[in-house]
Amino acid sequence: MNRTRPLTAGAAAVAAALALTACGGSGDAGDGEATSLSVYIDSTPASVELWDGLKAAYAEENPDVTIEVETHPAGSEGDNLVKTRLATGEMNDLFWYNSGSLFQALKPDQNLVPLDDEDWVDTLDDNFATVVSTDQGLYGAPVGASFAGAVIYNKDIYADLGLQVPTTWDDYMANNQAIKDAGLVAVAQSYGDTWTSQVPVLGDFYNVEAAEPGWADAYTAGDAKFADQPALAGFEHLQEVFDAGLMNEDFASATYDDAVKMLAEGQAAHYPMLTGNVAAAIGENYPDAADSLGVFPLPSSQGDANGLTVWMPNGTYIPKTTEGPQLDAAKEFLAWLVTPDSCAAQAEASTLGGPFVVDGCDLPDDVPALVSDMQPYFDSGDTGLALEFLSPIKGPALEQITVEVGSGIRSAEDGAALYDEDVVKQAQQLGLDW
Amino acid sequence: MTLVRPAAPAGTAASRPARRDSRRAGRRSPYPSWFFLPAGVFYLVLFVVPTGASFWYALTRWDLYSAEFIGLDNFAQFFREPALVKGFVNTFVYAFLTSGAKVVLGLALAVLLTSQIIARGYLRSVVFFPVLVSTIGVGVTFKVLLDPFDGAVNQVLSWVGVTGPGWLTDPSLALFSVALVDVWKGVGLATLIYIAGLVAIPQEYYEAARVDGANAWQNFRNITLPLVRPATVTVVLLSLIGGLRSFDLIWTMTRGGPGFSSDVIGSVIYKQYQAGFYGLSTAGNVVLFVVIAVIIFPLSRWLNRKEVTL
Repeated sequence: MNRTRPLTAGAAAVAAALALTACGGSGDAGDGEATSLSVYIDSTPASVELWDGLKAAYAEENPDVTIEVETHPAGSEGDNLVKTRLATGEMNDLFWYNSGSLFQALKPDQNLVPLDDEDWVDTLDDNFATVVSTDQGLYGAPVGASFAGAVIYNKDIYADLGLQVPTTWDDYMANNQAIKDAGLVAVAQSYGDTWTSQVPVLGDFYNVEAAEPGWADAYTAGDAKFADQPALAGFEHLQEVFDAGLMNEDFASATYDDAVKMLAEGQAAHYPMLTGNVAAAIGENYPDAADSLGVFPLPSSQGDANGLTVWMPNGTYIPKTTEGPQLDAAKEFLAWLVTPDSCAAQAEASTLGGPFVVDGCDLPDDVPALVSDMQPYFDSGDTGLALEFLSPIKGPALEQITVEVGSGIRSAEDGAALYDEDVVKQAQQLGLDW
Repeated sequence: MTLVRPAAPAGTAASRPARRDSRRAGRRSPYPSWFFLPAGVFYLVLFVVPTGASFWYALTRWDLYSAEFIGLDNFAQFFREPALVKGFVNTFVYAFLTSGAKVVLGLALAVLLTSQIIARGYLRSVVFFPVLVSTIGVGVTFKVLLDPFDGAVNQVLSWVGVTGPGWLTDPSLALFSVALVDVWKGVGLATLIYIAGLVAIPQEYYEAARVDGANAWQNFRNITLPLVRPATVTVVLLSLIGGLRSFDLIWTMTRGGPGFSSDVIGSVIYKQYQAGFYGLSTAGNVVLFVVIAVIIFPLSRWLNRKEVTL
């Protein structure tokens, strides 16, 4: 007992000391200048490469401050991590996250540093400024380019079969029939990755807003529904494609990568998808296909509207827990992020999926054809924000419902009605009175 | 121990033995009562407190930053969930199917592995091995194996001239495919429990039966089955609870798809949690807790009704 008592006391002291080190703070908060900034981003390879490029470029611009990057999984798992870190006050100095309704879900007025007084706010595209603001302030700086949800098509197949880019739904279905008769896959789908099934519905939103301006506000108020036209058209189109047998044989289990491969190698003619993702995939895996893929908007079955549904890039936000010299360094970094130098670094480090949203940042000449195809629509103003940027209402089950409608398990009307039921949860969570 | 008590004088002497008797009768354990305190604290902090807290949060609109009391709205919303009925049906089908299969297969394998066969020890390890592997790893592996076009299972079937179905892409098959994989993974544990039960049966019964001229089937039906009952009860209860709660295998293999056809309560709750409806998903968890309790407690009582303390 006499020998073990000092031993146990010593062990207890060491254990206590070890436990206390865990309480050690994060980062180098303190007096003086900041020497490093930590940014929280998602772990998809394209994102990591983009930020590697930005890190290197900023190191040249401002060697006193190093940018460190920490990653989280993409998708809903990452959403939870971001929200948890904000809630517990453990967020990094900055973080890069979606704009639009996901941004609204972070309670920006409570958790983020407002950036209204910064000099660069006027250089932002109006669409982007809308999606990183609440009615109390602006909170984010863009990193990345905008992108569209549209039909990616194989230009070589179009040239071989003598087809024209369709501007109405009937023309599109006629093209599809011709492609199917030629023995190729008309529309590639990849329900193995359920998120891809949403694009035909979400990418149709330009047509919805064009047919009924103000639809998004009515939707948020609970008056407009997907079960009615003009929004029902998106679901109906999904069902039509299935009914006409235009898809690849393994549509139920194919993954996003499988579908891109089919498109790039000329086995499939159309793939409704986000241009950013496809551009990145081409840049990495199919550089030879850069000129043979183009893009056109999802055609409408009502009226003459023909425009791109665009998504805004992610924003870089500063949480309220960043203070003092860290905050100053973070704001300086944000100011650099919206300069043409930064845009050039981004263009080099990643394959752009669309135009930038900052004045003075132009598209370089070596972008793939599908990105340069988008420019005319931006120039003529035939673009509209996707629904998630105009309304915070989005239900969690959309991807499963669109898989059901696209696989013929459920009819378009039932699927749309089911989705309307699904979003009631989101309305309740937001405290809306429907 | 004396059989006849000497007559005790009234007053102090008689009351002292009575008090010592009652104290000894009440305190059956030789350990002081505060021995359970460390474990009790853990249980309280890690189990009772969070369960109580979840009952509270289920009554609020909770977004991790604040919790606003809204009464039973979450429960009303949960029961209005369109995928809920399908989810409940799928959960019960999945739980009872996997539980039944594990009981039957587990007992069959245990009987095999307690008989005199070659490499018995090796075979026991092989049967138990899937239990030790990560569920997510099993899910990902089988998802690849069951791919309708490139998967090994359908390719092997095509050698015999059979076109394999879409195991995980056919809405009517998806849940059963996952259930089969779950049985493959969990039957080792059932076998283990049954082996323990089987070797505890005294050999005298079998010898007596052999003297009476019983054959193998009669042995099994009249000696093995009744006497392995405690193991059966354990396997049924454990596998049923696990099946009702199951989530990780289904999520990895189909994510509740295609569409909603293999959704179970666990994945319904998880999707609501993923979407940020924390109060709603907590309410769902409370419902799941109540459902499991309502099924398991009576079942456990009924299965153990014949148990006596020897």
